[in-house]
Amino acid sequence: MHPAPSVIIFTTLSGIGFGLLFWLGLGIPSVTGWSAFAFFAIAYLLAVGGLISSTFHLGHPERAMKAFTQWRSSWLSREGVAAVAALLVMALFGAGLVFLSTSWTPLGWLGAFLSLAVVYCTAMIYGQLKTVPRWKQPLTPLLLVAISLAGGALLAGQVTYTLISLPLAGVIQVVWWVTGDKALTESGSNLATATGLGKPGQVRAFEPPHTGTNYLLREFVHVVGRKHAFKLRVIALLLGFVLPVLLLLLPFNHVFAVLAVASHLAGIAASRWLFFAEAEHVVGLYYGKR
Amino acid sequence: MTTLPESTQKKLGLVIDLDTCVGCHACVVSCKGWNTENYGAPLSDQDPYGTPSGTFLNRVHSYEVQPDEGAAQLIHFPKSCLHCEDAPCVTVCPTGASYKRVEDGIVLVNESDCIGCGLCAWACPYGARELDQAEGVMKKCTLCVDRIYNENLPEVDRVPACVRTCPAGARHFGDLGDPDSDVSQLVAERGGMDLMPEQGTKPVNKYLPPRPKDQMDQLDILAPYLEPVAEETKGFLSWLDKALEKI
Repeated sequence: MHPAPSVIIFTTLSGIGFGLLFWLGLGIPSVTGWSAFAFFAIAYLLAVGGLISSTFHLGHPERAMKAFTQWRSSWLSREGVAAVAALLVMALFGAGLVFLSTSWTPLGWLGAFLSLAVVYCTAMIYGQLKTVPRWKQPLTPLLLVAISLAGGALLAGQVTYTLISLPLAGVIQVVWWVTGDKALTESGSNLATATGLGKPGQVRAFEPPHTGTNYLLREFVHVVGRKHAFKLRVIALLLGFVLPVLLLLLPFNHVFAVLAVASHLAGIAASRWLFFAEAEHVVGLYYGKR
Repeated sequence: MTTLPESTQKKLGLVIDLDTCVGCHACVVSCKGWNTENYGAPLSDQDPYGTPSGTFLNRVHSYEVQPDEGAAQLIHFPKSCLHCEDAPCVTVCPTGASYKRVEDGIVLVNESDCIGCGLCAWACPYGARELDQAEGVMKKCTLCVDRIYNENLPEVDRVPACVRTCPAGARHFGDLGDPDSDVSQLVAERGGMDLMPEQGTKPVNKYLPPRPKDQMDQLDILAPYLEPVAEETKGFLSWLDKALEKI
């Protein structure tokens, strides 16, 4: 799949933004007044910034409002509805904390739940696609939610929660990579099933339908992005998970905390690049590619 | 609405004969010609005289099939929307732009509702949907919905453009929901197959597999005893033959 910058920025920033909103909704850390304002401002910048970035890849962003209508069937629509609901509820909860120094606890819990729901819906946009076997596994929503929770805890300054959730997310990430590598083979789709020509003999793509490239090849058969896959996996793992944990284990220092967040974000962005670049769409089979 | 209908009154679709297709791409050209001028946004091309790329609703692949024994076979393979019964492209649509018609099962895009997110193309295993780069909306085969019911056209033309134009008669159009229709009978007779059945999309369009090639195993046992046709050479060639023998 084509690793479009807009979707990488969207999933990375919105993921950590809604993760932070989750912890804030639970009252962790318990903040009021200006410090609450600072936390909520960061969370909203990330969550909303990511959502806005996601509209850049649309052919007709001016019609984006229509995407709220099909929540009964579409995960993309559900994501939009959940995002608006989470942002509204958390805005109200945040206003209570900032202006009235009052914590409406049930409202916060509802906001926390909705924030997680947004990340889950985002993950299911990818996790529902049978056409991309690497994504179509139960670990996909788990991975994205785990990274969101861990990143949120890191941003919320919760050392203990981060030290539990970040290594856990790292383990899920590695397992997801390993199972994902076998997913296309195990899906049973190959050139023989794609063409139905497996019975007479061995099928080989002889000539593509067009001499140049096309939308399908650009969007779904992005082989160039996989060139440094292994190196990028190591980088993603080190920056996204290992380094932040090491920095948090050192005696607390604001510089280390900022470094931990920056390193985590860079690592997750690398992981998201691979999430798209390594994903093989079965339409590639028709072109004899994967 | 992006939920799929429980069932459709008809299942209009194509039957493509892989035994007959000669790979001339006439269906590709006629499809582009008809659909760029009629229903919905035109099918744009980018940089047509440089490194061209464009929107097509129908494309013809070519595959080589090598049996365990004997010569390889070249099979031309036209591919367009299969108008699946369980169309994954429809249910993922966030705006309701993609839908499957109850009356005939055709999968269509309402272009004025399409936000161009591309998710339906992601959900399609067959590469049947292409996002038009000029219009920013999703394009797909409409089964020439503006031809098949068009009473302004002579009756013979009320079939999809690709079917009408195919010089080999490799494309057939009809109601695959009716077991007595010509297309259904053709599918039953020739063992019509689904593409990627493991994807669970239940395609309406069917593909007829190539017939087995003739085998050259029935040589006449008397053939070796036949009188050779070639006679002794005469004249210059005879002299040349003898001269070369002597060297």
